[in-house]
Amino acid sequence: MSRVRLLAGTKKGAFILTSDGTRKKWEVNGPLFGGWEMYHLKGSPADPNRLYASQTSGWFGQIIQRSDDGGKTWHQPGTPPGEPTTAPDGTPKGESNKFLYDTSEVSGRPLTTHQWYDGTQRPWEFKRVWHLEPSLNDPDMVYAGVEDAALFRSTDGGQSWQELAGLRSAKGHLWQPGAGGMCLHSIILDRKNPQRIFIAISAAGVFRTDDGGKTWRPVNRGLKSQYELPDPDAEVGHCVHHIAMNRTRPNVLFMQKHWDVMRSDDAGESWHEVSGNLPTDFGFPIDVHAHEPETVYVIPIKSDSEHYVPEGKLRVYRSRTGGNEWEALTNGLPQHDCYVNILRDAMAVDSLDPCGIYFGTTGGQVYGSADAGDHWEPIVRDLPAVLSVEVQVLP
Amino acid sequence: MIRVVLPAHLRTLARVNGEVTLEVEGPVTQRAILDALEARYPMLRGTVRDHVTLKRRAFVRFFACEQDLSHESPDALLPDAVANGIEPFLIVGAMAGG
Repeated sequence: MSRVRLLAGTKKGAFILTSDGTRKKWEVNGPLFGGWEMYHLKGSPADPNRLYASQTSGWFGQIIQRSDDGGKTWHQPGTPPGEPTTAPDGTPKGESNKFLYDTSEVSGRPLTTHQWYDGTQRPWEFKRVWHLEPSLNDPDMVYAGVEDAALFRSTDGGQSWQELAGLRSAKGHLWQPGAGGMCLHSIILDRKNPQRIFIAISAAGVFRTDDGGKTWRPVNRGLKSQYELPDPDAEVGHCVHHIAMNRTRPNVLFMQKHWDVMRSDDAGESWHEVSGNLPTDFGFPIDVHAHEPETVYVIPIKSDSEHYVPEGKLRVYRSRTGGNEWEALTNGLPQHDCYVNILRDAMAVDSLDPCGIYFGTTGGQVYGSADAGDHWEPIVRDLPAVLSVEVQVLP
Repeated sequence: MIRVVLPAHLRTLARVNGEVTLEVEGPVTQRAILDALEARYPMLRGTVRDHVTLKRRAFVRFFACEQDLSHESPDALLPDAVANGIEPFLIVGAMAGG
């Protein structure tokens, strides 16, 4: 029987939750990297035992961790325990946490600043890695979405990182931070077209490359952000919270924007709103059923100034029609006195049948459903605030 | 022999327990100690000071001999007691965040 492994990043460490394919009984391991903010952990689709983790601290900065045995042991790439601490040429290792923006004449210029809150231009300054996206077929290749917003790639298992600086040329001087910082938080690799990648930035929008990351352009037509952007045709500046895709249908994207749930049927060329009958269309996470491309999940939050679920009720909303018509999923979820938030990377779907759905809350609960959302169970209740949840199905 | 005390999180990263001892050639300064520390424990590069500018991270402090030396020049000589290994050089995570 298959096994399921959840990777939960929290404000104070990481946790690995495992179960068999029934997804009824869970074993909780952790905390790993106790006391550190674990923004994101994700496994390689090409080698499920290869895990990458973003470990950050306001004091000590960014650390990249890697496991080659499914999370039993970890090391900073390039510096495994017991191995020489310098490369054969004498160069010190320990470069795995070095994220330097490309300022070379060839690829990194002319853009070196972005817009600040006061309208002035400000140089890019690395703060942390929000999201790690391993390649679909190479365990040593992994992308990192960082704050200040940029995309980095490693081709040596996380030992060193190079910026894909063409992204900043896509009107980067107009990007500006959202309240959570100017972060690149979503990376979607197209399974049918290896040259195509989608990324999303708060508060800049969605961008697409069709040449493997060399050049990028904004794909935000149809997004309306009247409270943030007075120009209804603004190409960039939209506060996109998360984007999601069913891997079998890469031209169809779903988006949870600051306000509005959106859909694109043409790989981001145009978007239209599918918020429909949601109680509020503000929120952070969004995901798509693994086997039903028209089944979409969101967790509405009351408002941009009240980051908790409405009416004290934790409700996942499911649309089986690709949006517009939504049903509340409540069975097993608290329906009174609940005021948690669910962050953008804290929801995941597995590939089993029936499809499993998981999400973590700022209150430290991780909930799971083994039947596509009809019934929910708390897997663990009292973790630190959950920043991210990813899931792997293991043979 | 220079004695260095790391904060708990950095001891974990460096996989060490207790104090670290380092050989430092030439004048004993913050820069010399941090160079020696990072050479021996490369996994700490970027955690105490910036990779490129080599400036101290904002919430890291350097104490020795009951003094806060964080704002001293990285090339200033440290007290003799540190250079002689009588007192440790403390790398501290600053109190921050209330």
